[in-house]
Amino acid sequence: MDQSISWITVGSVEDIPRQGSRVVRTDFGDIALFRTVTDEVYALEDRCPHAGGPLSQGIVHGARVTCPLHSWVIDLASGEAVGPDEGCAGHCPVRVVDGAVQLGLAAFRPGRGGCGHG
Amino acid sequence: MSTHTNPSTPRERLVVVGNGMAGIRTLEELLAKAPDRYDITVFGAEPHPNYNRIMLSPVLAGEKTFEQIVLNGRDWYEANGIKLLTGDRVEVIDRAHRTVTAMSGLTVPYDRLLIATGSTPVIIPVPGSTLPGVVGFRDLADVDTMLEAAAKGGRAVVIGGGLLGLEAANGLKVKGMDVTVLHLMDTLMERQLDRSAGALLRHELERRGITVLTGADTAEIVGNECVSAVRLKNGQELPADLVVMAVGIRPNMALGKAAGLACGRGIQVDDAMTTSDPAILSVGECVEHRGQTYGLVAPLFEMAKVAAARLAGSSEAIYTGSVTSTKLKVTGVDVFSAGDFTGGKDCEDIVFRDAARGVYKRVVVKENRILGAVLYGDTKDGGWYFQMLKDGTEVAPVRDTLIFGQSFGGEGAANPKAAVAALPDSAEICGCNGVCKGTIVTAITEKGLSNLDEVRAHTKASASCGSCTGQVEQLLALTLGDGYAGEAKAKPMCKCTDRTHDEVRRAITALTLKSIPDVMQRLEWRTPDGCHHCRPALNYYLLCEWPGEYKDDSRSRYINERVHANIQKDGTYSVVPRMWGGLTSAKELRAIADVVDKFAIPTVKVTGGQRIDLFGVKKEDLPAVWADLNAAGMVSGHAYAKGLRTVKTCVGSEWCRFGTQDSTGLGVKLERMTWGTWTPHKVKLAVSGCPRNCAEATIKDLGVVCVDSGYELHVGGNGGMHVRACDLLVKVETEAEVLEYTGAYMQLYREEARYLERTAPWLERVGLDHIKRRLVDDAEGRAALNARFLFSQSFSQDDPWAERANGSVDRHEFAPLAQVG
Ligand code: SRM
Ligand SMILES: Cc1cc2nc3c(=O)[nH]c(=O)nc-3n(C[C@H](O)[C@H](O)[C@H](O)COP(=O)(O)OP(=O)(O)OC[C@H]3O[C@@H](n4cnc5c(N)ncnc54)[C@H](O)[C@@H]3O)c2cc1C
Ligand code: SF4
Ligand code: FES
Repeated sequence: MDQSISWITVGSVEDIPRQGSRVVRTDFGDIALFRTVTDEVYALEDRCPHAGGPLSQGIVHGARVTCPLHSWVIDLASGEAVGPDEGCAGHCPVRVVDGAVQLGLAAFRPGRGGCGHG
Repeated sequence: MSTHTNPSTPRERLVVVGNGMAGIRTLEELLAKAPDRYDITVFGAEPHPNYNRIMLSPVLAGEKTFEQIVLNGRDWYEANGIKLLTGDRVEVIDRAHRTVTAMSGLTVPYDRLLIATGSTPVIIPVPGSTLPGVVGFRDLADVDTMLEAAAKGGRAVVIGGGLLGLEAANGLKVKGMDVTVLHLMDTLMERQLDRSAGALLRHELERRGITVLTGADTAEIVGNECVSAVRLKNGQELPADLVVMAVGIRPNMALGKAAGLACGRGIQVDDAMTTSDPAILSVGECVEHRGQTYGLVAPLFEMAKVAAARLAGSSEAIYTGSVTSTKLKVTGVDVFSAGDFTGGKDCEDIVFRDAARGVYKRVVVKENRILGAVLYGDTKDGGWYFQMLKDGTEVAPVRDTLIFGQSFGGEGAANPKAAVAALPDSAEICGCNGVCKGTIVTAITEKGLSNLDEVRAHTKASASCGSCTGQVEQLLALTLGDGYAGEAKAKPMCKCTDRTHDEVRRAITALTLKSIPDVMQRLEWRTPDGCHHCRPALNYYLLCEWPGEYKDDSRSRYINERVHANIQKDGTYSVVPRMWGGLTSAKELRAIADVVDKFAIPTVKVTGGQRIDLFGVKKEDLPAVWADLNAAGMVSGHAYAKGLRTVKTCVGSEWCRFGTQDSTGLGVKLERMTWGTWTPHKVKLAVSGCPRNCAEATIKDLGVVCVDSGYELHVGGNGGMHVRACDLLVKVETEAEVLEYTGAYMQLYREEARYLERTAPWLERVGLDHIKRRLVDDAEGRAALNARFLFSQSFSQDDPWAERANGSVDRHEFAPLAQVG
């Protein structure tokens, strides 16, 4: 499946603070790249499924991020809201090759749920 | 090529280049399979027979002698008819004529050639890197150089905090040198350890007297004839008599490359360990196999097996790559790591911490199989996990007890109450305060104690780090039987721990915990790095406890405090410059107006806190907006901070016909003293010039109401969700007293309140009497609190905007990583 995606290098893992996030501007809108405490990298659309909050500005813990606006907790791997909240942030395949972070933008999947107002 | 051995024909000639671990292991395997097949010649650049390179660390530390680590002495070569040429480096391979030529000029023909040249330490090419006194850590000659230097004492700097660097550092320390380890990353052995294990390792090394500097980037090695110091990119200079470079290894492939063999990061071999020339095989650290190079012996031994089988005639043996595991060879430090422990997509982290024993274990499981493991302090199950990892064993059946290790079962799960009952009276329960079982039981019966707090008050047991709390509760239950009602459980901080805020704070002090990973380890957090509830709280508690020493963790701050502006519902930010005591000037207002025009800021509003808020600023524009405001002398108003917000004032005696004192001036003084502080929740002050109280001082965290004879100090008010009018704390006569009381009150709040508890609920919880006792009745205590406040302020009154406007702090926060499409 991987072969069919074209990968775009957007920077290196070191550019993203550990337990933090950086944004990549794309035609699909902003994509937030997250780096966990264990250096795993994830990519989600930078819009909370609740009301469109910028997830890139949240606190990253484990493989999750807490939205800065109303504290929904979003699973970084799936984009799904954790716990009682319902909704899913858009997500995008991402991989790390020799320290370079690459996005498979063509396979971007939009999110669902919430009353996002962008 | 013929592959059958026929003793009657002349033997084929096998030449081995490299008398190290992989080359000679291949010969051992070959001799076992086909003892008579080859005439063997071995070239070794080192002047020694084959030795166990990994044991150089114990040799350095004085735990072993060189003789004890020799694997095959010269007699072994003789007995097997192998011609050994030591101290003679092979310089050329002539593939057309199938010969090798060594430094001595000796040329030897081969039918099959085995290249096992290993690797060399990477020497980072900074100025001075070739000075005498700079060594790698690879062979006996390096160890001899280090031992010579160590014999003179002095200072050693080890560059590189990986496996080799740390083993070198430990050895040199044991040999009496002053040792500093410089590591570029912020976690030691970051390729093998996660942050938690890395932090534990660091503490252990520091406990042994080794200095560890992380984030340290070497700029230059200083010295004339010999090294004298190492200079870092940040300008810091570390005196050094010896510098050990242990930043990595580079496969020795030059010989193969010159001979025209296919090379990448190493000499490329296929699954048969054969190079691009079918007559030439290669094994060890010098090879690249399926894109991988290796730096540990286990994979090399697997390669050696395959190469030997191939040399012995097999056409089947293949090497498919290795999963590796690592152990650190520093006596008394148990570290194990294997596989991929970064965790991630669909992975589950199982974490176990036993602070009392200094144990940390993390096993990463994906789809019911072990993906990786990091163990610190107790590595006895490393092999078990590693085996399951390599075998892809289903762990579902043992999933629940996996983390406790292989031996977990019936006995391990003993009943904790029975265990405490079985202890003798002399058994120590509380390690911090040295309280034994008998003392606690006696206190319970003789003093009629019925709960944990009473036991703490009377015996001190469980009053410090709290790790014995469970046992003390068992003792209460055992002693009182049904008479023990149990503890009214205070709420734990969050789901990552069972401890309450107060317990955590006590432990930070009692156990001298100085970082978030430290707290999580010692207090046995259940998650690898906490959550958005506990991390900001821990960050605050540490900042408060260790002023000037603790480095703020921006990753544990809510976005507003991380970027020093307030996030709005559309993801833009608001900017509130400080207006001291509510005062402003034409110059400030003009600068604000210019900024509004220049950055097309949509909304400008006067706040309820007597200053101006600029709404709708784009995040990328923040540094430039701040730069312009800074230029007009304005600094951050901390409208986003769990810290001092505003000091509201009224006009006061300067203009007002009723004013009794200079309330505006006093407000400015209070704001100058308290701005920049970090507190459990936000803090607002106010000063009114007379009891008409136009500054609403009596619903503030601390409000001053001026009267003819002095100043009334009111505390614990709140104008928010639950309005609470202040209580009168005291009346004083001078401004100096107002300032001292304010500093002391702020510090008492900082030290005692729970994170996100404002002064009003704090006061209601501890009682006004308590606060009066500490501040009014105890003049000495008040002065000390104020002194602590001012000391912590000496580290926190730097304008966060200025640091960010000039790009020196957190530049990455304000710019996108990339733009694509
Ligand atoms: C801007 C301002 C309203 C205004 O336009 O006047 C304001 C705006 C906000 N207030 Fe406020 N408060 C503002 C004065 C007040 C006041 C009046 C005062 O300070 O005299 C109060 C009541 C006094 C008090 O705190 O006791 C006030 C009580 C609150 C509360 C309730 C606090 C409580 O303890 O109950 C919150 C919620 C919280 O902090 O959790 C809050 C929270 C907020 C937040 C931070 C909401 C949020 O989390 O995003 C708003 C941020 C706006 C922003 O982005 O700048 N704001 N807020 C005022 C800024 C003052 C300043 O210059 O810094
Ligand atoms: C201090 C130290 C501690 C270590 N600890 C561990 C550990 O705990 N666990 C672990 O698994 N691994 C450890 N290692 C790594 C392990 O020692 C190596 O992976 C292993 O020795 C590599 O074997 P090799 O045969 O490829 O290379 P080497 O053992 O280095 O052998 C290569 C030999 O070839 C010689 N040579 C090179 N070029 C030529 C030439 N042109 N002509 C003739 N001879 C040449 C070299 O002089 C050398 O003697 C450690 C290494 C060091 C230095
Ligand atoms: S009262 Fe405060 S928190 Fe509520 S909308 Fe107004 S500014 Fe926001
Ligand atoms: S927008 Fe994310 S929680 Fe409301």
